[in-house]
Amino acid sequence: MAVLLRCCLTKISMASDSTAVSTEIALGRTKLQLYSFCRSSCSWRVRIALNLKGLKYEYKAVDIYKGEQFSPEFSKLNPLGFVPVLVDDDVVISDSFAIILYLEEKYPEHPLLPRDLQKRAINFQVANIVCSSIQPYQNIGVLSYIEEKVNYDEQFSWVRHHIGKGFTALEKLLKGFAGRYATGDEVFLADLFLAPQIHAAVQRFNLDLSEFPLLCRLSKAYDELPAFCAAMPEMQPDAVKL
Amino acid sequence: MASVSRANSSGSKLQLYSYFRSSCAWRVRIALNLKGLDYEYKAVNLLKGEQFSPEFSKLNPLNYVPVLVDEDIVIADSLAIILYLEEKYPQNPLLPKDLHKRAINFQAANIVCANIQPFLKLAVMNYIEEKINTDEKLVWAQYHIGRGFAALEKLLKDFSGKYATGDEVFLSEFPLLSKLHEAYEKLPAFCAAMPDVQPDALKP
Repeated sequence: MAVLLRCCLTKISMASDSTAVSTEIALGRTKLQLYSFCRSSCSWRVRIALNLKGLKYEYKAVDIYKGEQFSPEFSKLNPLGFVPVLVDDDVVISDSFAIILYLEEKYPEHPLLPRDLQKRAINFQVANIVCSSIQPYQNIGVLSYIEEKVNYDEQFSWVRHHIGKGFTALEKLLKGFAGRYATGDEVFLADLFLAPQIHAAVQRFNLDLSEFPLLCRLSKAYDELPAFCAAMPEMQPDAVKL
Repeated sequence: MASVSRANSSGSKLQLYSYFRSSCAWRVRIALNLKGLDYEYKAVNLLKGEQFSPEFSKLNPLNYVPVLVDEDIVIADSLAIILYLEEKYPQNPLLPKDLHKRAINFQAANIVCANIQPFLKLAVMNYIEEKINTDEKLVWAQYHIGRGFAALEKLLKDFSGKYATGDEVFLSEFPLLSKLHEAYEKLPAFCAAMPDVQPDALKP
């Protein structure tokens, strides 16, 4: 409840920045567009990145449950039919990792990567553990397939197995690097990938986080950050319609 | 195996822990070859479970290849390794200067890393066979590869030249799309990275 209250206050303060948005457009800085689904953890990562960098954007909702990602219009933007997609003038980028690295280079304020090469590598490794070893196995399409081919309960065993394996790996990997956040005392790329994944594990799949003390601690730290709160699914324009 | 001997900045050799058939290790081998970086090949036999040895677990508690050791820096994960190499050893850049093209390279790499390869892992294929049946393994693999390849064809349509995103070899060369395969076979750096020319290829 306290988290949601903080989030509401954050939303109010961000909404009052509408005059700042108009100023940006007047100065010729075209607004970014983000095609997003409120519950998509991949979209969530990018929302955090945009918030951390103080970048205003137009939220373009894509209802995954209604299959809007397969519309001809959206397929033109992203042939794989996934959100998120970022549009920055004539540049169109899909894939959360590609988008975040693009934002990092185009809008270098509030860097999302540390300077130290080993720590940068750890951030990339964390991002890829989430992207490749956890999140693909919890996609709606994959879970529906497991339910259809095996049975209803099996999809949850499947996803908990993969999340558990990935979280165990992350606990080991980050042991020597974590500070207040995943790779030190500042928020970096790894945190953007961890926050939505941890949330999904707990809220969607009822994973018991007590086995993963570091991730549990990080999750609580993310709840304190306005940029993370404002990116949460329930704070998005399309959350109202669910 | 042809390699240009150019060691790292202090003169000591890089070490790459690799399995000859691992596609993730294969990507890093190509990167090292393209950058002209000499390295010591440290074979890890995945079929024999050598990735779980105490020695390797100490290097990478996540028990997967590839792992790069550069003096006191140890990095696992092919994408993390390649981006490290790109920053530490900037010769023969693996990313174009143009931000949009860079993004396309990351996208293509991630289509392979996150949308194709996770579904082809041995443990996943064994699961499909155990829970459904043997025939379903092939259906499953072909579905995910086909979907990913179709997406790559569309993604790269407006960008490809001789290679995936232009006339120079960049990061996204790693997916084996049929339309790029011929071009890759002509490149010494790619040929030298192929599984069957690795030291551990003699011991399957």
